[in-house]
Amino acid sequence: MTFRFSSFAVALLLGASAAFTPAVAQDRSIVVASTTSTQDSGLFGYLLPLFKAKTGIEVKVIAQGTGQALDTARRGDADVVFVHAKSQEEKFLAEGFGVKRFDVMYNDFVLIGPTSDPAGVSGKDIESALKAIQDKAAPFVSRGDKSGTHSAELALWKQAGIDIAATKGPWYREIGQGMGAALNTAGAMNGYVLSDRGTWISFKNRGDLEISVEGDRRLFNQYGVMLVNPEKFPSVKKEFGQAFIDWLVSTEGQTAIAGYKIDGQQLFFPNAEKKGS
Amino acid sequence: MSDELSAWQLILNGDPALFAIVRLSLAVSLSAVVLAALAGMPLGALLALTRFPGRSMLVVLLNALMGLPPVVVGLAVYLLLSRSGPLGAMGILFTPTAMVIAQTILIVPIIAALTRQTVEDLWAEYRDELTAMDVSPAGRMTTLLWDARFSLMTALLAGFGRAAAEVGAVMIVGGNIDGFTRTMTTAVALETSKGNLPLAMGLGLVLVAIVLSINAAAWGTRVWSERQAG
Amino acid sequence: MRAPSSDLPLVLDNVSLQAGATTILDRLSLTITPGTPTLIVGPNGSGKTTLLRLCMGLALPSAGRVSWGGRADSKPVRRAILFQRPVMLRRTAAANVAYALAQARTRRSQRAERIAALLQRVGLADLAHRPARKLSGGEQQRLALARALARDPEILLLDEPTASLDPAATRGVEEIILMAAQSGIKIVMASHDLGQVRRLAGDVVFLVRGGLCEQGKAADFLDHPTTREAAAFLRGDLVI
Repeated sequence: MTFRFSSFAVALLLGASAAFTPAVAQDRSIVVASTTSTQDSGLFGYLLPLFKAKTGIEVKVIAQGTGQALDTARRGDADVVFVHAKSQEEKFLAEGFGVKRFDVMYNDFVLIGPTSDPAGVSGKDIESALKAIQDKAAPFVSRGDKSGTHSAELALWKQAGIDIAATKGPWYREIGQGMGAALNTAGAMNGYVLSDRGTWISFKNRGDLEISVEGDRRLFNQYGVMLVNPEKFPSVKKEFGQAFIDWLVSTEGQTAIAGYKIDGQQLFFPNAEKKGS
Repeated sequence: MSDELSAWQLILNGDPALFAIVRLSLAVSLSAVVLAALAGMPLGALLALTRFPGRSMLVVLLNALMGLPPVVVGLAVYLLLSRSGPLGAMGILFTPTAMVIAQTILIVPIIAALTRQTVEDLWAEYRDELTAMDVSPAGRMTTLLWDARFSLMTALLAGFGRAAAEVGAVMIVGGNIDGFTRTMTTAVALETSKGNLPLAMGLGLVLVAIVLSINAAAWGTRVWSERQAG
Repeated sequence: MRAPSSDLPLVLDNVSLQAGATTILDRLSLTITPGTPTLIVGPNGSGKTTLLRLCMGLALPSAGRVSWGGRADSKPVRRAILFQRPVMLRRTAAANVAYALAQARTRRSQRAERIAALLQRVGLADLAHRPARKLSGGEQQRLALARALARDPEILLLDEPTASLDPAATRGVEEIILMAAQSGIKIVMASHDLGQVRRLAGDVVFLVRGGLCEQGKAADFLDHPTTREAAAFLRGDLVI
């Protein structure tokens, strides 16, 4: 009877390893540390099969905030980073963790708020809107996670002349989570939140939320891609990683990005340098 | 996985992505239970049958470790397996193997602690008989573990429940990679953060239904076994 | 594989056992030699169970010595014990006997045959594949006997084995014990049932408050007790 149990256990282990093998067998793969906005908007779900069909390379995406993605790369746990906070990316390059930075695409941020608009921001530009939110102490949800969106949000407060770290009150809620979670929270507390348009368009749980401010030039959001430096981490798959980057900035990749639409709306606008290398 | 269809429709259509996620969740958690049993049951039995200075402290520690936060285990395993970490050269971060390791670490204390209690209680009952039959120390362990098998099955189910339900460890060491390390729980977390609450809830209910079936199967096995062997 | 030594004579030399402040056995000396069954009788709390546990080697004395065939080590070479409520392993009756044979280092090739023989001897041949825990009280005690006999013991110690059984079951158990005695096994049995003493005993050991009060042939003890306590006990009075 003990024997029957152990043979059952062995069968289970074999079955389990069979479940793992298909994935492990592919070594034609790279790990890309990216942001939750590119994942949550569905862009990767659209792009990666196209890339794989062309090159046979499997792209495994770890979706974290920009700051966390760059930290993952700093530990050598990713081959490529694809994020949207230029200042953080340039710091990453300066520290020697990246090889070269390429612009890939942009989208814009939008200020999301409740239809009741307690701070009266409708029709304003982004800086006035933020000042109004602070004056009225309307609830505002911050990503608070060193993501690209969080960096942009902090930069906007600064441009509006507000030292948010010093002047924030209980109305300013830092949740330390991704964009979807931030939108859920804003909806639940009838507050404002800065979001990228891509995530907003594919977000289902809108409740009472709508776009309060958009179109301001200061809400422009640039995405960049970098290969992690193989000199720092010899384990980086540099050929495959570079192939991915090359494809993203190539005409084919750029067209694919432009082709991604939700409800007929284009989410991301390709802007890689032509003849880029 | 399509956002538009509900979880129920995905099941009916035999959506391959959903089935891949279910398969992975079960493979990871069941493997973790098997490994944790292989490590934890002998450990628990040994602790039940031996006496040494500091034993009480060890028992208390083991009981306390049942409450290890999954996210802390995940973080610790991540730091071990990261390329910058001591075991980075193995290159198993962000793979199902890392997830199995993390979950095994998480549930070994549960299985060991429950085994210890069960075997200790049984030893109180069996002590005279086994001593009178001059059973060796190793023999005592195997005899008690086998005779306690129905209670130990409950311990295994407790371990499995913990593993199948957690999201913190597998999220950190697996990375929730689409088509590769996405499990039921990380999928629920993802869909929730995307605002697809009905789909997230549906997936959650599918997970509960699966765990329920496994428990029902274990119950059926026990009833059948009891009829055979009392 | 087994050492050729014997567990007899079993000698208790001025043995005492303390549990905290209580004295359970008090300077007791006793010699068990091959022969007819020895029945241990006495009021509750007189130390019968503890005496048997000492004889088996399950307990150690606080003072005095126990020796088996001249040896002081307590490894149960050729002795076995039955408790009032036997512990059945969670498996079939046959598997229980197989377990006992395995622990007694019986050769594998002989086991099947011996299992069948032992079950036959205790009248459980039809119940070989029944889960042991589902047997009745009497059947379980007979299975415990089969397990004990599997060790091919010289001494069989029994602690009130029929105290919880009905008369029919008691008879079944007593028959097996008598047959074992006739085959040369030394029976040492605690009993509270004077009728059983009369049926089974060769000689009697009478304990009171942990001490040896009277000892002698069964007929002598039962019909002509020499001590006041023994007479009181036989009359049915409470011996305090």
